[in-house]
Amino acid sequence: MLKRILKISLMAALAIFSLPSLGALNILACEPEWGALASELGGDKVTVYNATNALQDPHTIQARPSLLARARNANLLACTGAELETGWLPILLRQSGNAAIQPGRPGNFEAAAYVQKLEIPARLDRADGDVHASGNPHIQTDPRNIALVADALAKRLSQLDPANAAYYQTLHKAFAEKWQTAIQRWEKQATPLRGMPVVVQHKAFPYLSRWLGLREIAALEPKPGVEPSSSHLGEVLAQISSQPVKMVLRAAYQDGRSSEWLAERASIHAVALPFTVGGSEQARDLFGLFDDTLQKLLAAAK
Amino acid sequence: MFRRKLIASGITLMLGAPLSAFAADNAEMQQIRNEIKAMKQSYEARIEALEQRLQRAEALAGKAENSAAAAESLAPQTPSSTSPGAANAFNPAISMILSGTYASLKQDPASYRITGFIPGGETGPGTRGFSLAESELIVSANIDPDFHGHLTLAVSPENTLGVEEAAIQTTTLGHGLAAKAGRFYSGIGYLNGQHAHAWDFVDAPLAYRAFLGRQYGNDGVQLKWIAPTDTFLEFGAEVGRGSNFPGSERNKNGVGSYALFAHAGDDVGTEHSWRTGISWLQNTAKARAYDDPVSGVSNALDGSSSLWLADFVWKWAPNGNPAYRNFKLQGEYFRRLENGDLTFDTTGIASTDRYSATQSGWYLQGIYQFMPHWRAGLRTDRLDSGTADYGAGNSAYLSPSTYRPARNSLMVDYSPSEFSRLRLQLSRDKSREGSTDNQFFLQYIMSLGAHGAHTF
Repeated sequence: MLKRILKISLMAALAIFSLPSLGALNILACEPEWGALASELGGDKVTVYNATNALQDPHTIQARPSLLARARNANLLACTGAELETGWLPILLRQSGNAAIQPGRPGNFEAAAYVQKLEIPARLDRADGDVHASGNPHIQTDPRNIALVADALAKRLSQLDPANAAYYQTLHKAFAEKWQTAIQRWEKQATPLRGMPVVVQHKAFPYLSRWLGLREIAALEPKPGVEPSSSHLGEVLAQISSQPVKMVLRAAYQDGRSSEWLAERASIHAVALPFTVGGSEQARDLFGLFDDTLQKLLAAAK
Repeated sequence: MFRRKLIASGITLMLGAPLSAFAADNAEMQQIRNEIKAMKQSYEARIEALEQRLQRAEALAGKAENSAAAAESLAPQTPSSTSPGAANAFNPAISMILSGTYASLKQDPASYRITGFIPGGETGPGTRGFSLAESELIVSANIDPDFHGHLTLAVSPENTLGVEEAAIQTTTLGHGLAAKAGRFYSGIGYLNGQHAHAWDFVDAPLAYRAFLGRQYGNDGVQLKWIAPTDTFLEFGAEVGRGSNFPGSERNKNGVGSYALFAHAGDDVGTEHSWRTGISWLQNTAKARAYDDPVSGVSNALDGSSSLWLADFVWKWAPNGNPAYRNFKLQGEYFRRLENGDLTFDTTGIASTDRYSATQSGWYLQGIYQFMPHWRAGLRTDRLDSGTADYGAGNSAYLSPSTYRPARNSLMVDYSPSEFSRLRLQLSRDKSREGSTDNQFFLQYIMSLGAHGAHTF
């Protein structure tokens, strides 16, 4: 009887505090795009947990207990870096008691280190708003960056889990080929967008703009990370009356009010781009992310 | 005749010289123009060649077969070791907190006491009028591959420098283990580990004042372990000097205080997250002094103090994105048992008898960010002086109180950015029996320097 009670309570405890799956590589992805990429490259040899979803601003979330628990059990941390996660990731690193994911270890992967960053500030002053010393961190809006990060991440997976290196290489080769074909398709689709003037809500799209040749005329945030003020919105409205634009872009997690305000007055489209995997119904994976991004841009450009 | 010719030729010469210079200028100009043109053409050709190379490089970078090489060419630009900034490149992260208050207090803060309690440490609502709050200097960095260190210096408005925290911490023990040594805020409770600049109200909850002397810091060591589960489970133990209230300086080898704590936490869906915990703190006091601000009498306690603490916090944000709207509810319950010998009026009557007391208190607060930058909060504090036995010898001088101190606070704050905050707070403080203190505070808290990360 006692044995049975013990057994039941042990099972109940296990059910409540389920242990992380053993055997597979545990990956904690700071943003969904790297979670999706890790799944593409790791297949069933990895277990991926995303610290944020597409409707969360990765700069403002907190070091929640659930994230601490995941960081403690992670074999690999897949993050953007470039100070995007500076408000919470240092806490996870310091308090998780996990040596494997500390900076400089193979278990600490920073995607932004493998691409050329844009908007590296010439001077660092908080008077300029929320500037990032190492450049704009929103690198995932250019699929060519994804390809570069994929190369590096595939290598990292093989390094951490050499037993499955061949498996990761096969998946990476397949992904890279498929991705390259997709990039060609997207670039062809995007021809009408080249040179198109746009307004952005937050400086979140320099990589997308460079890739597609969009011209960013103005930003609704007077300074990065500073909420649009009504006076600044008025200035942008005046600016675009002399320099017409087609649309105002924002990320799915951003509040749409200022974009909608401008769109209504200037009779342009307010476009909420998925920005990352899960940011819209169609953006279920990385391919869907760019399919939907282009579809939304093309629809608004008509 | 000859003379006229000479003069004429002289004039021609004089006039002609600049003319010829002009002609020479023209030729030179043409030459320069040609050179510039040639240069322009050559640069244009070079730029074109560079652009083509760039395009080729970009095309190559895009191609998966060659992407490995491209990735290497685009590899992280590591700072050159010969750069002049290399000597400073290892400087630790430095940040600073600047804070100031304006307080309007109905009752004289010098007569502040919590009826029925013998508190210690920093109590009271601070001074009246304008005052500088503590300015903090925070320095932190990795020491080597195994240790991280941080220092928090507090400069008080009275121009004294205090070490709030100075601790080293392991980073690579692994297995969910982390050890800390030095001076640090104890991991007990929820609010205790947070610095004053991260508080949601100007002042600490009454229970923190009554039971922990505002906040419990200690010199000692801490070991924490996080269980390998998907639900957050953390266990910690601390041993330390225990020289701060509720302990006291003892001039003894060994350990003056013990603490144990356990925390659990998780998410519920994407919008809710929570953390809860239970903690125990044991201190030994030796001649722990308390000067009664009203009677002016000094008392001293020799004995032990054991505190139990239960805490919880629950946070909500639409879609789990706290940037625009969020809500936080937190509460903590304290229960303290003290036993020992109490000496009444150490400098006069000096009557000593046994003392035992069981006292409790709690606070509950809710903070709602209703739009970007703006938050409003309510807090309620309750204390119960419980049962206090002063023994036959001291009951003539000290009598247990049945009064229940209480306080209600309302605050509104505005944060123009994540680095600045302006706050207004109204409190109705009934810490003292028989008088209500209506308090009004204005406060600014600003942080500059390295971007700090805050705990949950």
